[in-house]
This record gives sequence, structure tokens and C-alpha cells, in this order.
Amino acid sequence: MSDYVLEMIDVSKSFPGVQALKNVSFRLRPGSVHALMGENGAGKSTLMKCLIGLYQMNSGKIFINGQEVHINNPLEASRHGISMIHQELSPVKDRSVAENLFLGRTPVRAGLFVDHKKLYQMARETLKGLGIDINPYERMGNLTVAKMQMVEIAKAVSQDASIIVMDEPTSSLTSVEVKQLFGMIRSLREKGVSIIYISHKMEEIFKICDEITVFRDGQMVGTDLVENTDVTKLIQLMVGRDLNAMFPKVACPITDVVMEVENLASGDRFSGVSFELRRGEILGFAGLVGAGRTEVLETLFGLRTKTAGTVKINGKIADIKRPSDAQRYGLAMLTEDRRATGIIPVSSVASNIVVANLKKYVRKYGLINHKKIANDAGEYIKKIEIKTPTKDTLIQDLSGGNQQKVLVARWLLTKPEILFVDEPTRGIDVGAKAEIHSLITRMAGEGKAIIMVSSEMPEILGMCDRILVMHEGRQTGIIDRTIATQELIMEYATTTVEHQAI
Amino acid sequence: MESTALSKRNFEAKQFISKYAMYLILIALIAIFGLVEPAFFTGRNFVNILTAESSRGLLALGVAFCIISRGIDLSLGSVMAVSSVFSASLVQKLSYSTLIIPGLVNLPEIPAWVAVVVGVLVGTSFGLINGVLIAYTKIHPFIATLGSMTVARGLALLFTNAYPVPMLREDFTRIGQGSLFGFLPNIVCVFLLMTIVATILLNHTRFGKNLFAVGGNVEAARAAGINVERTLILTYVWSSFCASLAGVMVTARSASGIASLGDGYELDGIAAATVGGVSQTGGVGSIIGCIGGILVLGVINNGLLITGVSPYLQKIIKGAIIVIAVVFDMRKVARKK
Repeated sequence: MSDYVLEMIDVSKSFPGVQALKNVSFRLRPGSVHALMGENGAGKSTLMKCLIGLYQMNSGKIFINGQEVHINNPLEASRHGISMIHQELSPVKDRSVAENLFLGRTPVRAGLFVDHKKLYQMARETLKGLGIDINPYERMGNLTVAKMQMVEIAKAVSQDASIIVMDEPTSSLTSVEVKQLFGMIRSLREKGVSIIYISHKMEEIFKICDEITVFRDGQMVGTDLVENTDVTKLIQLMVGRDLNAMFPKVACPITDVVMEVENLASGDRFSGVSFELRRGEILGFAGLVGAGRTEVLETLFGLRTKTAGTVKINGKIADIKRPSDAQRYGLAMLTEDRRATGIIPVSSVASNIVVANLKKYVRKYGLINHKKIANDAGEYIKKIEIKTPTKDTLIQDLSGGNQQKVLVARWLLTKPEILFVDEPTRGIDVGAKAEIHSLITRMAGEGKAIIMVSSEMPEILGMCDRILVMHEGRQTGIIDRTIATQELIMEYATTTVEHQAI
Repeated sequence: MESTALSKRNFEAKQFISKYAMYLILIALIAIFGLVEPAFFTGRNFVNILTAESSRGLLALGVAFCIISRGIDLSLGSVMAVSSVFSASLVQKLSYSTLIIPGLVNLPEIPAWVAVVVGVLVGTSFGLINGVLIAYTKIHPFIATLGSMTVARGLALLFTNAYPVPMLREDFTRIGQGSLFGFLPNIVCVFLLMTIVATILLNHTRFGKNLFAVGGNVEAARAAGINVERTLILTYVWSSFCASLAGVMVTARSASGIASLGDGYELDGIAAATVGGVSQTGGVGSIIGCIGGILVLGVINNGLLITGVSPYLQKIIKGAIIVIAVVFDMRKVARKK
């Protein structure tokens, strides 16, 4: 019998243009909770996706209880007792809890007809066994995210999972729900189940985990027992480089106020948001996922209805009902989800660059000036170093980082005074990240005002002049760069109390 | 080394085939029909093909825009019928005993161009309704236009009591029966003219660029400041405008307004656009491809007829070719995950 329930040895995985994992090894003891930490893009998720068969490793070996296994898809992973609770749950919302619990494994009679009685009985027993109080007949879509997550965990347990991977399980839970989740994790541990726990939240790690492994830039940089380490050591391991080198913040003159927002609200998503924004300033929006940061930007940009508050731009009240209004006021917004609201995948790089600014290219008789489009597209491809074979290449054929640069070009072309960037470096590789950061800094240097939403602490701390922190739809404070620390931001991001501006 | 060069060439050949699949199919079809039946391979027959396909071709030009926007327009066949019976009712010979609009007898003669304009306007108004419904209520275009397809057909039948509208004045029928240079029928001229208009709209105007963006990713288009609603409305106005023109031209050519005109034509139009590479996933398509699609279907229709293939077998062959053409096309523009 091996000492480890799971061993992944020398795993490598590369994507076109990116080496996501370089000879990574990872060992998991039976009945332990093992934290995986690292910045976004460090390789944690990639490693887990290799484990559950969503990705195929380029090289490396996986041993379960000392036996080498080959996992080609999630079904094979679950046969080996491995289950993953994804950050974004995707239940079948219109079916019942029981049906979701046994999706694909529905008990049948005569090999054909669903045995409903048995289905609900099995569901009731599974939920009860884990002490989960959910009616198996309930429609899945009616559950809270926390309860959906419990159903997912119950599903893993009912499949006799001995290894459960949890990817940022607390990102959208309230503190009470987090406590319940931790109770469940402890009871699973007692039953001998091993848990791989991916999280960015230090306090959770120290509360619930036994061991920690840290990743950086696709490599495993350290692994130890929780009691042998502390927050400082962890951050050093995770960042592993000088923050200033990574975030080329250049001091630039911060001048007059361009935007004043007072008591902004949109329905029940957020309310009471007030701030001033100055030329040359980068204002960060920090907070946990779901705190309402993106919604504030969407409201300011006319993608979401404003239900209260005033917005002034250059001293005048701005009435923004749709994005084209926002553009008239000199606003531009790099949206959070590049795929969903950014790129037009089947269009060319050039078309994607000019799409927000077509007005500029209309000449006589309403006809489009294609030559001018080609010139401008070419100019921006060169200027911000977009790596693309030609300007007519479909944007979907570019890497994530280059797609993001195309979107930056799209908004630079509109010559904005105020630029919103929402998670500008999510899911792009380290090199492209630094380039995006220096682009943003350069824009601030040119006197543009910038609001940056980011969930990456180092990014917020490294880039921003002031940091507005939100918690559950409320603004909890604005912190100046000079005194901002990860701990202070976390404190603001997790409390409902409003702090005085400092 | 050698094998990689070979596989590269293989790959390039494959790319070439899938890129030009439709044109290769078209050339193959023309060659086969020309060999089997020499009468197929004449200039006169080519004009016949164009004449026969012009009305469906106009529908294809219209529906191509809808498909690019990631929608569909099922109402086009019925819109043809509406514009047919309304335009015809205004230009019946007053000596005819059962006028659709009896009151016409007491009025001065309505000019032919007014009939054309009224027919086109009534037809196009269905596009406006479709567009507004789709843009603002967010119901699926399939459902919206399924409804208007039924309503438009019902309106045409109600208006005429399902009787034909015959005995049309010559100044009106001349519009459809005349020809350019004595050999190119007017309906073909209208179709060719509209292909030029469609090309300009799609490739050389802001509307066309916006349309590709809306079809490619509607949320991104919205965030980029594009007026999505206006773009969608214009799209459906355009498609019903094409169908109305087809309805009026066919009516003038056949000298009779018919409430059952264009039944099922919308599907032929959709088939032609789809064969021509206009992708159902939205954001992809060209007018030149569309014309290729129309020609493929036209050549099949005409070639099978001229070589004496059973009309029932014709349907089977046509259906198979549509699917095969699209399978090839899917490989070309498959969305990457």
C-alpha cells in the first residue's frame, strides 16, 4: 500500500504558445485536505483538468494507490474515484435534485423505464447520509448556489469518490454557508476522503487544510504541512518575484477630476457607490467574486439600468442609457468575459478592431472606407504588438493574450478619456499579462482615467493609485496606494461595515 | 522531412477542396448534365435557369441577411403572396366583372408604378413587424416569422377569397414580361441588380458591418455600442423587401395575382443561402456564395428536368446535395471551442 492516495509525477502540458505545466509533481495523502495555491494562470486548474481527463498531459504519470492509471475523460476519472466540484456549477436547472444527483446513472426497471421510486429513495439516503437538508423533489434551479454545491458534493460521494477536487468552492458563498461547507469537508475527511482544495483565500487555507502546494508560472514551487508555514512565506512563494518588475507602475501626474459618481445603484445588485476619478489615475475595484464591481462598470457604461445616483463627466451630468451614449462621453470598456462579450469569434482581427468605431469609416453615400480600416488596423497591430499572421485572420485563431490586445486596440481606437478594464488579464499567459499592464500604465501616462476591476491582488496592489473595495453590492471603502495591503483589502472585502475613506 | 512536405500538400489540397467545395460541386454538376444532355449546355438554357431561379434567388438574398444575424425568416414565401395580390388588385382591367376592389371602377386609373410601390410596401411592412418583434420582445426569429408566415398567407387568402387576381393591365404586365436587350428577362435584371445592392449593403456599409458583429456575438456587439435593435429591424425589412419585389415581379410576369404564390419558396431560399456558405451559427456569409448556392440548386432543378429524371427522384437528390454541401461548409467555418 502506497503512502499516497494520489501521485502525479513530472506532469507537463503545453498549449499553443504557452507551457502551462513544467514537470510538476503532486502527492496527496489519504484522508487529508490539500490546498493548491498560486496566482491565476499558475497551473493549478490545468493540473486538475489533467487529473480528471479534461486535458491530456503531454508527459507525466498518474498513480492512484500506487497503481499507474491513464485517465482520458471525466468518466474514467470518476471510475477511479476522482470527482471535481467546478467553480462554475452547471446543473440541469429544470430537473429535480434527485435527477441531478443521479444524472447519467438513473436507476431503471427492465433496462428501459426510470425507477422513480428508487431514484428518490436513493437520493434521500445519500443526502441524509451527509446531513444535507434538501428535498430531493425540489427543482434544482430553486436552490441557492451553496445548496447546489452540496448536491454536487453528494453526487461525488455517491459515486464513491475517494478524491474530491474543489475549485474555489467558497467564491460565491456567504460566511454561514462557508461554515456549513467546512463542516462537510471535515466529516468527509473523517470518512477517509481526500480533498484537493483550490483557493486564493489565506484564512480558509489555514482553517481547513492539512497540506499546501504552491504553483507559480506552471511549476510547483513548494509543498509543506500547514503548520510549517505562514502567510508571509506563502505570498513569497506565490509571487516569487519583485512586484515592481511585474507591474510597471510609472508615477504620472494625476490632474483634474473627469468623472464624479454619487450614490450609484442598480436594482438589488449594488447601491451607494460614490467616487471621483481623475486624469492619469488608475482606480482599482477590489472585492470578492459577486461583490458587484462588474455591475458598477456595466451601469456606468449603459449596459445595465441605473436606478439611482448621479454621474458627472467633466462636471456635467451624463445621461448614459446605452453603450453608444457612453462612447459619446468618451468612455470605453474592456469587458470581463472576453468570449461572451468581447470578441466576435468568426470575424477578422481588423473587423474586431474597428467594430466599436465604424462611424469613423463611413465616407460619401454611406459607404465604408475599407482602405482606412486596413491602415488603422495595421497601425494598431504594430503599435501594441498583436501577434497575428494577417489582419484578416479570424480572431478566434489567436491566443487569449492577443485576443485581449485586439480588444484593447478596439477601445484605444475610440480615443477614450475614461477607460474601464474588467479583469484585463484573466486567462492570459504571463508574458502577455505584463504587456497588457504596461499598456494600461502607458494610457494613464497619456492622461486617460482608468478604472480596473481585478480579482488578482498583486495586480490591484501593483497597478492602482487608489482602490475602491466592495462587499455584497456595497462600497466598503477607498484605500490609497500608500497604505494598501492585501490584508487591508481583504478586511474591507469581507465586512459589511463602511470604512472611512483613507 | 519528405513525409511532412507531403502531408502539408495533402492538407493544402484538403483546405482547397473545402474552401471551394460549392464551386467544385457546381462545375461537376454542369459537366455531368452537359455530357448527358447537350441541350443543357446552351446560353438559352442558362438564361432559363436564371429566370426560373430569380424569385427564389431574391428570397435567398433576403434570408441570407437574417441568417447572418443568427436568425431566420420563414415568412418570405407568404410575403411574396401578399405583395402579389395587393399589387395585382390595383391594376386589374376595369372591364373585368369581378374586381377584387370593386370601387376601382369609380376612380381614375391607378398607374402601374403605384401598384408596384403598394405591393412592395405592404409586403415590407411584414418585415418591419418581424424585426420589431424579434428585436424588442426577444422571441426567437423562427417563431416570430412562423407566425407572420401564417398571418401573411391568411391575409392574402382573405383579401382574394382564395381566387386568383387575373386580367391585369398591360402597362403592369410589361414590367414582368419585358426583357433587356431582348434576351434577359426583367426579373433576372431585378435579381442581378439586387445582388449588387446586397453586396454593397453587406460589405460596404455600416449596417452590413454591424450585421456581422450582431450575428457573430450579439453581446459583444452591444458592448461595442452597436444599436442591435435597429440592425435587426433593418435586417428583416430588407428580407421582406426582397420577397416583395419577387412577388410583384412574378405577378407582373404571370399576369395574375395569386394568394398561394411562393408556398415553400422560403425554404428554397434558406437552402440556397445555406449551400452558399451562409452559416446558421451566425456572423458568416457572402453574397457571392449565396449566388453560387442559388446556381447549384438551379442547375440541379434544370438539369434533372432536362435529363428526364423523375421529379420525385429530383427531390431526393436535391435534399442530399443540400446536406452534403453544408457538411463540407461546416468544416470550413467550424466555430472553435
